[in-house]
Amino acid sequence: MDITKPYRTTKTPLIEIYGLRKSFGSNEVLKGFDLLLNPNENLVILGKSGSGKSVLIKCLVGLVDVDEGKVIVLGKSIPDLNQKELDYIRTEVGFLFQGSALYDSMTVRENLQFPLRRHPERMQHFNEEKLVREALRSVGLEYAIDLMPAELSGGMKRRVALARMLILQPKIILYDEPTSGLDPITANEIIQLILRIQRDYNAASLIITHDMDCARVISNRMIILQDGINYAEGTYTELSKSTDPKVKAFFKEVQPISL
Amino acid sequence: MKILDEIANYFKEIGEIALFAKRFFKEAFKRPFERKEFIRQCFVIGYNSLFLVVVTGFIMGLVLTLQVRPTMQEFGAESFMPAMVGISIVREIGPVITALICAGKIGSSIGAELGSMKVTEQIDAMEVSGTNPFKYLVVTRIWATVFMLPMLVIAADAVGLFGSFLVENVKGAVSFKLFFNQVFENLSYGDLFPATIKSFFFGFVIGLVGCYKGYNSDKGTEGVGRAANSAVVLASLLLFIVDFIAVFIADIFYEI
Ligand SMILES: Nc1ncnc2c1ncn2[C@@H]1O[C@H](COP(=O)(O)OP(=O)(O)OP(=O)(O)O)[C@@H](O)[C@H]1O
Ligand SMILES: [Mg+2]
Repeated sequence: MDITKPYRTTKTPLIEIYGLRKSFGSNEVLKGFDLLLNPNENLVILGKSGSGKSVLIKCLVGLVDVDEGKVIVLGKSIPDLNQKELDYIRTEVGFLFQGSALYDSMTVRENLQFPLRRHPERMQHFNEEKLVREALRSVGLEYAIDLMPAELSGGMKRRVALARMLILQPKIILYDEPTSGLDPITANEIIQLILRIQRDYNAASLIITHDMDCARVISNRMIILQDGINYAEGTYTELSKSTDPKVKAFFKEVQPISL
Repeated sequence: MKILDEIANYFKEIGEIALFAKRFFKEAFKRPFERKEFIRQCFVIGYNSLFLVVVTGFIMGLVLTLQVRPTMQEFGAESFMPAMVGISIVREIGPVITALICAGKIGSSIGAELGSMKVTEQIDAMEVSGTNPFKYLVVTRIWATVFMLPMLVIAADAVGLFGSFLVENVKGAVSFKLFFNQVFENLSYGDLFPATIKSFFFGFVIGLVGCYKGYNSDKGTEGVGRAANSAVVLASLLLFIVDFIAVFIADIFYEI
């Protein structure tokens, strides 16, 4: 398989990005990025720090305006939507922020209630408290329901953020470095949780990471974002055998400095 | 030249704040109104600054009376004390001191709170969960400062007058009834009305600048500190400008 071409299946993709360009002033971050996310897929995006990974997924939910190119989520072109349509798409797309982004002034319960109260139509006939407790139980933190975010450890915050994102039952989940800043054991717990979510919710995921263990375990397919474009694409095994030095750099063990 | 750049930057910032204010007015009257958050903010803003404002108000009344009394005595005009202190507290000192205290207390806390919400992506998180963060965070806070500042000013005025009364009572054996009769006899609507209107504007300036600085704070924790600090500095400066304009206008309408 040609690893530089976007990979297609017969199913309609949930996310399509064609020729995405974005710059901040003179800083060109994305220079024609393409991506397809298929149903039930776990797509990992690898890239160096500052390569524009966060900017890329923020374009998907309209947090960052695109300069050029097409961004289509669930068949809708994001830049052309009005506020109401955008809000609807956002309920279908879960977003786990890089630093968890829990609301500091609210308890864990209120953090989870927040998206629910903004979308009462999503609650249907369910009871709010029950939904909140269920979401917390699914990340193993039911006991923390009345704590403030400042009282939680980094790993717990990440779990609460996961629960808050899951509460509206999204069809697509975007993870921005879900394991960054966590120790390997906690990181592994989060990875297991993501795999379980993938199984239980039957959602497609786009995962941004530096963590190669995470990429290996989670990914069905990976894209390397380098120089603002999709530099290489393929499964973990395919990419790990690549001879391209820029691709190889991601798989290299850290070498001690030889003096 | 460096100094010219700084002046240019200053005007650029004022322009940006004007745009921010325009956005506020565009969203401020649109539904849905975030009532709960507004009430919570009123409580936070009013309650947290009440003690500070009351203490400063009290001391202000004491000190003003202690300082002015000997001079008035020299002229044999102690009987004008209640009127004079009343007018100066209600017209100018009460609103300005309260606003400055609140610029320090409220302006910096709004700047720091919104700044840290910005850098930790909480504002983005709000936006993706279907909330307009400008409405939820900025509009409610500005409305809350606009409504709470006049209340705090009234509290400061009242306590300041009481402080002044204590001095008069101890030094000049003036009774409570006499003191306040004198004060209210000499206060007209022409004193109260502009002072209250002015307080609304002071509240607006404090909320606006705090929110503007926080909402546009730079990445990183350093940016949050800078947002809080510059909110206080800029708000205090603008308060004096607003005060000057207010006095100028009031002077036209109410010939002294
Ligand atoms: N709002 C913004 N304004 C200006 N520049 C920005 C903005 N957001 C991002 N950038 C710039 O875009 C580039 C990519 O940022 P981004 O946050 O996407 O990196 P990243 O790949 O997510 O890195 P990391 O792994 O460190 O999170 C950076 O050079 C950053 O300075
Ligand atoms: Mg990032």
